[in-house]
Amino acid sequence: MRQPFDHAVREHGPTVLRVCRAVLGPGGDAEDAWSATFLAALEVWPTLDDGTNLQAWLVRVAQRKAIDITRARARRPVPTEALPEQTSSWGNPGEHDHLLWQAVAALPERQRLAVAYHHLGGLPHAETAALIGGSPESVRRAAADGIRRLRQTQLPQTGTS
Amino acid sequence: MTLDSTLFPVDHELDGLLARLADEADRRQMIEVAYRTVDSPLGPLLLAATARGLVRVAFATEDFDAVLTVLADRLGPRVLAAPARLDRAASELDEYFCGTRHEFDLELDHSLSSGFRQTVQRYLPSIGHGRTETYKQVAEHVGNPAAVRAVGTACATNPIPVVVPCHRVLRTDGSLGGYRGGLEAKRWLLDLERR
Repeated sequence: MRQPFDHAVREHGPTVLRVCRAVLGPGGDAEDAWSATFLAALEVWPTLDDGTNLQAWLVRVAQRKAIDITRARARRPVPTEALPEQTSSWGNPGEHDHLLWQAVAALPERQRLAVAYHHLGGLPHAETAALIGGSPESVRRAAADGIRRLRQTQLPQTGTS
Repeated sequence: MTLDSTLFPVDHELDGLLARLADEADRRQMIEVAYRTVDSPLGPLLLAATARGLVRVAFATEDFDAVLTVLADRLGPRVLAAPARLDRAASELDEYFCGTRHEFDLELDHSLSSGFRQTVQRYLPSIGHGRTETYKQVAEHVGNPAAVRAVGTACATNPIPVVVPCHRVLRTDGSLGGYRGGLEAKRWLLDLERR
């Protein structure tokens, strides 16, 4: 890539963070995965082909980093903190923010991953299937089911969008 | 009803993550060009540095995104906002604009210019605060009295304006000549230094 790395961070940073959060839950693990993703990207940036679909490439890197972190978490004897405590330390998000991310965290795993990589990360069904297993058709269903369930958990007044 | 991905909020956290990324990348010496923006009486300025020093000061009229693209192309694409790396430059500029600093004490990276242009740009800081020279005098002082025009080009293409004081070079008739940040900015700087 010849374009400034900074442009990619600003353009794709939010998307990658959404994916990390959906996969790992809001909190420190998602932030670690985000940081690891962009550090890895910075490392190889000059050698990355100019034609690369950056968002898809970054989402795939984030997926590998999320797996690393999930494995490291599994090796930890005691989970460090419970999820609700972490979500309360975000700064000052609205009630709304909590609700949607909590609803994502509560999805069955396959739906959650399909929503993460396909809906939030923008990967096609086939590519998502290659990452999380199953067929493209089953990914399509899992993503659709996940989104349907998220809509049901919505959101006092902004649920009309 | 759609569930657009922008409804999944992340904005609160992103600023902290960007700062953490810059710190970590800097610690690992992975940043080729660090930059930040500062406010000044001449409007927002972009400051950029390599490991060797301050390499670029840009005015908002130059379009910061375009400037960063050129820096990526010339110096390396690992360009990242890393404000802490430019703290010292920012505070020296602040002092300069307040009138309390007359000389910059910063490492400079002249690698965006080569040959005669760089020679001229390295000479310019020896024109002291509050003084001016003509393009012709500068040509004489760098040992090439016939190169008046080339001195003009060297000043016009100075990548580190304000800090490298090309604004202190005027035409022989006393008129301003040109300036990257616009003539208004050049006049403002000369007035500042006369106070």
